[in-house]
Amino acid sequence: MRTEFFSILFTPRWQVKVLNEKMPDFFPDLHLDQVIETITSKKTEYNLKPFFYTFPIDLETIRYRQQVMKDLENPALFKQVELFVQGMQSVRKQLIQVEKINYPYHKERMFLDVVILYCETISAFANALMRLSLNAEGLIAFSRYLTDYIQSAYFTTLFTEAKSIIQELLSIKYNLYIKDLRIHVLPSQSEADYTLEVLNTFAKFQQGKVKDYKNVFTRSSQISHVEAKILEGLATLNPHIFNRLIDYYAKNSQFLDRTITTFEHEIHFYLSYLEFIDHIKRSGLQFCYPLLSDTKEIEVKEGFDIALAHKGVEEKTTIVTNNFCLKGNERLLVVTGPNQGGKTTFARMFGQMHYLAGIGCPVPGVKAQLFLCNHIFTHFEKKEDIQNLRSKLEDDLVRLHRLLQQCSSGDIVILNEILTSATLHDSIFLSKKIMEKIIDLDVIGVWVTFIDELASYSEKTVSMAATIFPENPALRTYKIVRMPANGLAYALSIAEKYQLTYSMLKKRIGTKV
Amino acid sequence: MKAFLLFENEDFESVKKFPPQGQTLIHDLALNVLFSAMAAGDDFIFKVVNEVLLSGIYNNTETIIYRQQILNDCLNHPQMIREMYRIANEAILSKNKHWWALSSSPSSILYSSINTLRELLIYLQQLRNIADNHYVCIHSKCFTRFFAMLQQELNDEFFNKANEHLTQLEFRNGVMFSTQLSTSNRASYYQLCKLNTHKKGWLQWFRNREKKEYVFNIHPRDESGIRALRELTEEGVLGVSNALAQSVEHIISFFQMLKTETAFYVGCLNLSEQLQILDEPMTFPIPLDYSERTHTFKDLYDICLALTLKQKVIGNDLQAENKVLFIITGANQGGKSTFLRSIGIAQLMMQSGMFVPALYFSANVCDALFTHFRRQEDLTMQSGKLDEELNRMNKIVDQLTPNAMILFNESFAATTTGKDRKYAVRW
Repeated sequence: MRTEFFSILFTPRWQVKVLNEKMPDFFPDLHLDQVIETITSKKTEYNLKPFFYTFPIDLETIRYRQQVMKDLENPALFKQVELFVQGMQSVRKQLIQVEKINYPYHKERMFLDVVILYCETISAFANALMRLSLNAEGLIAFSRYLTDYIQSAYFTTLFTEAKSIIQELLSIKYNLYIKDLRIHVLPSQSEADYTLEVLNTFAKFQQGKVKDYKNVFTRSSQISHVEAKILEGLATLNPHIFNRLIDYYAKNSQFLDRTITTFEHEIHFYLSYLEFIDHIKRSGLQFCYPLLSDTKEIEVKEGFDIALAHKGVEEKTTIVTNNFCLKGNERLLVVTGPNQGGKTTFARMFGQMHYLAGIGCPVPGVKAQLFLCNHIFTHFEKKEDIQNLRSKLEDDLVRLHRLLQQCSSGDIVILNEILTSATLHDSIFLSKKIMEKIIDLDVIGVWVTFIDELASYSEKTVSMAATIFPENPALRTYKIVRMPANGLAYALSIAEKYQLTYSMLKKRIGTKV
Repeated sequence: MKAFLLFENEDFESVKKFPPQGQTLIHDLALNVLFSAMAAGDDFIFKVVNEVLLSGIYNNTETIIYRQQILNDCLNHPQMIREMYRIANEAILSKNKHWWALSSSPSSILYSSINTLRELLIYLQQLRNIADNHYVCIHSKCFTRFFAMLQQELNDEFFNKANEHLTQLEFRNGVMFSTQLSTSNRASYYQLCKLNTHKKGWLQWFRNREKKEYVFNIHPRDESGIRALRELTEEGVLGVSNALAQSVEHIISFFQMLKTETAFYVGCLNLSEQLQILDEPMTFPIPLDYSERTHTFKDLYDICLALTLKQKVIGNDLQAENKVLFIITGANQGGKSTFLRSIGIAQLMMQSGMFVPALYFSANVCDALFTHFRRQEDLTMQSGKLDEELNRMNKIVDQLTPNAMILFNESFAATTTGKDRKYAVRW
């Protein structure tokens, strides 16, 4: 009885077996579309995106994935898994090649090579998994499955039979006699190498080293139909072994094990993500495995925007990390502060971390306690769209309305500079209405705004603000910290930088008049 | 196969070395006159005699005697050595006639090689005939050994076998390979089999071969099939084409070695013929060991002067034993420089195994020869002259060995004594 093994991405208890083929609509707002694009770009053949799109998943599966991810952070295991997937990739590529071969006996022979590669790859991987210490439930189960598989009668026959046929084929010796356009295929007669005899006759004249004339010829990589015909001749001379070859192919054409190929496919979810964050980790930034729960108290230490970090590594810029938390009744982080101060990045980070944690991945930061949410609703400023014939304000309101209708207590809301096209007065009025609704829904989230009043709306809101360097107010720290909103000060500081404060302007213009 | 015409157990090309002061010697002793006379218009001989004479300074008495014996045979049978030189020369040239098609494909290499080899076999046969014809009348250790080797290695069996190979490799009766299945069910490599080339024997083989076989034809209009078959055959003959092409190179290299080593003796013959016309004497010198200090000669003349003037010149006599320093003085234009040069040239000729321009000559060998002659062109710059001469002297002293010979010609004439001095010094 073979061990049953279902999936390395989902626990055996996981019931929803449908993957989400469509990108979640909040991906572009959170820049997760770029991140997933980069992660999967090297492995497009595997169609990995649905793995990253399938959200939400249950807590048990998240833990299941986190364990696998943690195990794979062991370089020794990672290396073995890579060898395994490379081997399997070659197997699949070569199988496609074999399918294209039309010459009998050649096709079947090439098929044997693929089977051998498959068997060797799997045996090596099974042995490696047995040797390495594994902690992940999924990997332990797969290791057990593989061990059983390579010990199964099917596998051992598949492997030994292939080797034995190859051995027998390799021992076939034969002669070719060619005269004009006629080719005789003959059984081998023991003949001495005539070339040696020729060489020996003239060897006495040798004075020193001479040129090698063998490099004028290289055999073409493709078999010709003449060679194929010779092979047919050999088959008639050695019917027994060639029949064995044909039978083997007919019997074993479906030799790939579904569970193993599924594993090989799914494991790329982990490999590609780990490769991606490894690249960021090397610049000194840290990732951690988040604790997830359905309580709305969250805490993150030194989180950062993963998309920005990826770009930062490429461009060698330093990435600023931020801390945040929601305690007790706190639900909404209201972020205010100067333009270009890192508010939007902060909002994205908040969303990214919850999403990545929600699909079982390690998240940016040294420590993370996050909320297990059902959905993430984002509202980022969009460019005016002439197609929908609505004004910007109207469009904003339509979108917000839809958002608030769909949103429920188990979700996350991220609002970024909404209603900017309204007058300040209207904007404050509308924002307060929306705030009321959000507080009512009891969702958690981030609201980036220029309206300071929102920051202190109720005890459920937490005011955070982007900070500046006191000595040079125009320079941004990109640090977002808990503090009361005092946005005007920042606007002033920018104005001062360009000598555009009221008094300065007056002075400057006054001297000209 | 080695001829060993210059060293008893070594190729000249592989062991030759030249004294660092070679160019100075050529200049001071006017050696180019000697080389030109020996070359008699053949640039290759000029190059070889140049090398043999300059490197002769490192020869010991055994090598000198070894070459003297060979030269003696050559002087007695001048046509023999000239024939050998001609054969070697023509054999080397024959390669160029057939070698144009190289680098294209194994079969074209094979074809070129067969044609070249056919021609080379003719030259080898001629060489063998020389050995046959002269084996009884030569006396030197070298020729006795070389001819015996030629007779043994280039025996009739060799020629039969070689010709048989060439016929076989024309594949008139088709070609047969033996091979083994390898990866991808393709042939591992093709090994050429020998077919019976005699018509009768071949037919017999063909009839008696195992009946178990599979035969197919390629349609004459199946172009890709014909191409594939050609490729298969090309691969099959790759090994043998390489073997044959390398064999050609081996034989050519053998002839190249022979050409170099015979060139020296042809040069000696050319020289001796010119001296005979001038009625100048020549003799095989008696070389003595390094440890001796002897310089005895009769009627030693400056060969370069004789060759330049194309007439008999005055020779000198000397009998000196256990003397290391000779000082030559006398009137200007009195022949002092000529005398000095004749000593140096004779030393080089003796050490390279040649005859010397004298009635009698005996001297110990030396392991280095230096000249320190006055440089005419420096006369104008009086102030720097001494400096220049001392500089040259310094370099000589750097290389000086206990058994070296130095010839000084008016050295340090610019010093305060103001007197001309000539001396040959020997340590």
